[in-house]
Amino acid sequence: MTSSEAKAVRQPRVGLFATCLVDLFRPSVGFASVKLLQDAGCEVHVPVAQTCCGQPAYNTGDRADTREIAEQVIEAFEGFDFIVAPSGSCASMLKKHYPGLFAGDAAWEERATAFSGKCHELISFLTDVMMVRDTGAALETKITYHDSCSGLRELGVKEQPRKLLGNVRGVEVREMTDSDVCCGFGGTFCVKYSDISNAIVTKKVGNIDTSGADMLLAGDLGCLMNMAGKLKRQGSDVEVRHVAEVLAGMTSQPPIAGSGK
Amino acid sequence: MELTANKFKANASRALVDAQLQKALGNVEKGFIGKRQMAADALPEFDALRDNARDIKNHVLAHLDLYLEEYERKVLAAGGHVHWAETAEDARRIVLEICKKANARTVTKGKSMITEEIALNDHLSANGIEPVETDLGEYIIQLRGEHPSHIIAPAVHLNKEQVEGDFRRVHTHLPAGRDLSEPVSLLSEAREVLRQRYFAADVGITGANFLIAETGTSVIVTNEGNGDLTQTLGKVHVVVASIEKIVPTLEDTSQILRVLARSATGQDMSVYTTFSTGPKRQEDPDGPDEYHVVLLDNGRSAMLGTEYQDMLRCIRCGACMNHCPVYHAVGGHAYGSVYPGPMGAVLTPSLNGIDETGQLPNASTFCGRCESVCPMRIPLPKMMRHWREREFERNLTPAVARYGLKAWAFFAKRPKLYRLAASFGMPLLSLFGGTSRRFRSLPFAGGWTRHRDLPAPEGRTFLQAWAQREALKQEAGQ
Amino acid sequence: MSARDTVLGKIRASMRVPASDDVRRKTVADRLESTPTGVIPARAKLPKAGQVDLFCAMAEQFGATLARVSDYKAVPAEVATYLRSRNLPAEIRMGADKRLKKAGWEAEKNLEVRHGASDGGDLSGVSHAMAGIAETGTLALASGQDNPTTINFLPEHHIVVLKASDIKGDMESVWAMLRKAQGKGEMPRAFNLITGPSRSGDIEQTILLGAHGPRALHVIVVE
Repeated sequence: MTSSEAKAVRQPRVGLFATCLVDLFRPSVGFASVKLLQDAGCEVHVPVAQTCCGQPAYNTGDRADTREIAEQVIEAFEGFDFIVAPSGSCASMLKKHYPGLFAGDAAWEERATAFSGKCHELISFLTDVMMVRDTGAALETKITYHDSCSGLRELGVKEQPRKLLGNVRGVEVREMTDSDVCCGFGGTFCVKYSDISNAIVTKKVGNIDTSGADMLLAGDLGCLMNMAGKLKRQGSDVEVRHVAEVLAGMTSQPPIAGSGK
Repeated sequence: MELTANKFKANASRALVDAQLQKALGNVEKGFIGKRQMAADALPEFDALRDNARDIKNHVLAHLDLYLEEYERKVLAAGGHVHWAETAEDARRIVLEICKKANARTVTKGKSMITEEIALNDHLSANGIEPVETDLGEYIIQLRGEHPSHIIAPAVHLNKEQVEGDFRRVHTHLPAGRDLSEPVSLLSEAREVLRQRYFAADVGITGANFLIAETGTSVIVTNEGNGDLTQTLGKVHVVVASIEKIVPTLEDTSQILRVLARSATGQDMSVYTTFSTGPKRQEDPDGPDEYHVVLLDNGRSAMLGTEYQDMLRCIRCGACMNHCPVYHAVGGHAYGSVYPGPMGAVLTPSLNGIDETGQLPNASTFCGRCESVCPMRIPLPKMMRHWREREFERNLTPAVARYGLKAWAFFAKRPKLYRLAASFGMPLLSLFGGTSRRFRSLPFAGGWTRHRDLPAPEGRTFLQAWAQREALKQEAGQ
Repeated sequence: MSARDTVLGKIRASMRVPASDDVRRKTVADRLESTPTGVIPARAKLPKAGQVDLFCAMAEQFGATLARVSDYKAVPAEVATYLRSRNLPAEIRMGADKRLKKAGWEAEKNLEVRHGASDGGDLSGVSHAMAGIAETGTLALASGQDNPTTINFLPEHHIVVLKASDIKGDMESVWAMLRKAQGKGEMPRAFNLITGPSRSGDIEQTILLGAHGPRALHVIVVE
């Protein structure tokens, strides 16, 4: 179904999976996502039965809890035409990893597979499904974009945010070196292996600095909090925001971890 | 080598403050990544070849017993000997016996990770036989009493000044005033010193990149030519190879060769790809009088039919570690095992048991770059996760992580309770965030705030704020 | 039970191989018999003249030097020129390859030709390749009296003569040649694929030529 067909029938009903970090730390990203989706012609719903996608348990090897959480998410969201998350890693969890959790349980596996087929990362959903080319936003600034790993390598999100950012009036994109290399967040990794994570993010922050950008954007709040935290610890003035905030023209909130001062 | 995989965290912390090592590790990123990309880009069929290479190895693994039998038959027909080794200990014993029979005093060695795996050098030395590593990188680390920090670039953790120091320390027969400031002079010196050793050696030991069932052939892929001199000049050539090195035919070998060097060093082909079949023949003016193959299992047969089977497709190109941000940060020795990096994080627990190696599959951000460059399309992150599952099932996961996770999961599985806790907690945390909107330190968040600030939450949670907005809308609408 | 039976038994147990595995046996036998070719890079699929040009371009790209001569009679002069231009002594080591033997070395009066395997004392060796592989500029050399393996590795300078008509587009064509020469499933004791001069990147990942094998590789293509 193309977007025009979808609209002709009815507005697609989208369940917004806000992700736990956006919910807890940066509601602005949630509202920016809603605006982008509504502007694209979607009817947006935010089910209250959402907590987290289950990655912390999944990546710690706790399959039982992961599966329980996955069942909960599927039950809350499977009624929508699309399930959209403003995060490559959470979207990938829903889309790529949920079905495998139910291997051997035919009924649930089928349900999870049908569900996963409807899951999308926000920006690629806008460009690839809703065929959005221009979000109508404007911002005078030099930005650099970090490709978060799961979105990039599991979902192929690379050109989509750049296309949309290229059409934001006033924005100049300055690519950093190794934009596709991990920032060192890795969920619980950054706490379990704090020193290694620090070495990785230090390299990343160096590349952000050298890019000459005034603002760092990415599509995953975990990575953004990690990079923002390091930038601020180093006294950097670079503003850090989720890409949805800029695309939605919603930058009145202070940036992540505040301004440089 | 002594297994210190479970000291990974301490090893890594040491590595992070080792200035020499950190300088050398820069060469990993500079030396491999761009070259691999260029080589892959220059071959439009690269990804199709990766698919086919994967399929070939999957086919082999599904028929491994039969291909091994066929391979053995062909080796014997060519006049070679085949020895089966169930364990590392068996392989060491077999190699030692062959060396003793040949009255060997010194053996030369081509670069081989499998002989590292079975700790062959120590065993030979302990039995009065001197092993001489001939690959430049291996030679250097042998002089230093170290182990390889990388599977194809064993001395990548060193700088040229360190190599110069070692050569001056060991090559005392050479003039003290010689100039060794450039890498090329170091290379020439190693070449000269080692040249003598090839001729003096009684036995040459190599690994194998492939064992071809169709022809009973062992294949080594090198750039220096040391492996070739090792196997040509010794009176006895011993190939030590693990059972999964089998490929069916010459054509299948070609398919995998096309992705091997490109993935490893970014070359289209390595300089020397050598196919060896049996010992010297009647008319031959050169070559070894005896040709032996030691086929090593050492835990691999137990990986078949499990979620770790795909790991047996590995062709040891090193691309996963070349592209790993964790490897870049700490280098190979921090892993405390023979095989470092992502492939090691999957293979080492299979070989040594997860109890002794549990840190390795945890030391990954799951960034997936390893899988994205693996020529054999091995799902490395997925298999690391499987190891974490095995740990979790067996209560090997550290208690703090386990209880923290269980507490979190308790809430995550109860949306109402979760919402309640969040709606109190986050505004409070936000309040503490003050005007700077971040924390420099926070109780229970030391792992985070030791190196970076923690962004303060905005205030109300998104779901709280959303509910309020919707309620207002409804009111306005009514 | 022998180690062989133990290992094979463990494999079969892990794979849950059925007692009667005729289907698997047939699959294996078929593959060994039919030797399917898989993916061949398009760059290798060229008309003959294009293959020779591609071979030359790739060989040079990977560090070999190259000369193209009209016939075998021109080979000794080309070898002598090469040695002079590198200030090398006029001595070569060479095997019993008839094509090389017949090239007329007596025309180069100062050139000393030593025969047989190399003992490590030769600065320059001459071999005749069985084939060239255009897709990567690779030489294929078969061991034996004609072209002893030691000549490929011990001299500092390796000069390889190659007939233009033996240049094939891809590796697979060379396997076909080899099967024709040796018989299916048979190989020379050593079969060397050589792509450029010996090199190492083991010190700081700086690529240096002349590690343990020849420092220089010179290819003479005979049209």
